[in-house]
Amino acid sequence: MVGVATALGKNGLQDWLIQRVSAVIMALYTVTLVACWFVIKDGDIQGWKTLFSTIYMRTFTLLALLALVAHAWIGFWTVSTDYIKDMWMRLTAQVIIYIVIFLYLVWGIQILWGW
Amino acid sequence: MLNISIYRYDPHVDSKPYMRDYQVDPDKCEGVMLLDALACIKNTQDATLSYRRSCGEGVCGSDGMNINGKNGLACVTPLKDLAGKKIILRPLPGMPIVRDLVVDLTNFFKQYKRVKPFLKNSGAVPAREHLQSPAEREKLDGLYECILCACCSSACPSFWWNPDKFVGPAAALQAARFIQDSRDDDTANRLEELEDAYSIYRCRSILNCADVCPKGLNPGEAISSIRRNMLDDGV
Repeated sequence: MVGVATALGKNGLQDWLIQRVSAVIMALYTVTLVACWFVIKDGDIQGWKTLFSTIYMRTFTLLALLALVAHAWIGFWTVSTDYIKDMWMRLTAQVIIYIVIFLYLVWGIQILWGW
Repeated sequence: MLNISIYRYDPHVDSKPYMRDYQVDPDKCEGVMLLDALACIKNTQDATLSYRRSCGEGVCGSDGMNINGKNGLACVTPLKDLAGKKIILRPLPGMPIVRDLVVDLTNFFKQYKRVKPFLKNSGAVPAREHLQSPAEREKLDGLYECILCACCSSACPSFWWNPDKFVGPAAALQAARFIQDSRDDDTANRLEELEDAYSIYRCRSILNCADVCPKGLNPGEAISSIRRNMLDDGV
């Protein structure tokens, strides 16, 4: 067995499962958003505000955001362990990207629940 | 006439690898396969050319090489399929070169050894043999036929990037072969050994392995079957 320190899940099975479940959540969210785009008239800011003021849409959006964060974390970890061979460069890149992902998560939550 | 361009490199003599062109008359080869053309070159034009060979009929897996960009066995590649175009032969990609078309397979077999490719059964030794039903035996079809030619693993980018951690398609196929075997009772340990983020989860299912396998096997599907076993076990 090969040990890892910076992956999201505790093993490959968990990462694999998270990546697939998060992909399904993001796909469903995308379909929902596109459907809403057809229902709400383009440029109707009030319609979008009404939609995102509901607890259902906020919860679904938060779920999609968390799915995106998990998906991006696992994806970047995989790509970085493929292409960045120097340990310190890899660790630095991973830490920077993880901080950026975390900041996007906080920003997303702020946008979603902050009004 | 066949135009064959072959990768040449002798680390004791050459400062860097180069391609050398040969002209071969297929009518003067003692056979109809690419391996026969290589033998013809070695016997009549250039005795320094190095390649592996043994059975010459797709059973031993010795003569795996990159043929016009795709891995395969020279001994089962008919010359008529290559007629009319320049033939470019390179060693299996992603592996250290020993000389010319001969690659160092040490790491490949290290990964093979890692999956413990033998039957493990802690029960009492049967008087004659461990019996299997036809259905249990059928589960091994598509898994046991591997000849370890390394065509699949050396066509796999995940194996190129992490050859020390990802077991590669060939070893994963062997792991699946023993995980599926009803006579083996070490399944839980076998799955645990492979459940980390690298050993089999480095497979991105691009299926180069299935595309190049000279025996028509699908290591990608074998890896999926191991993942299903882990899901059954872990969810």
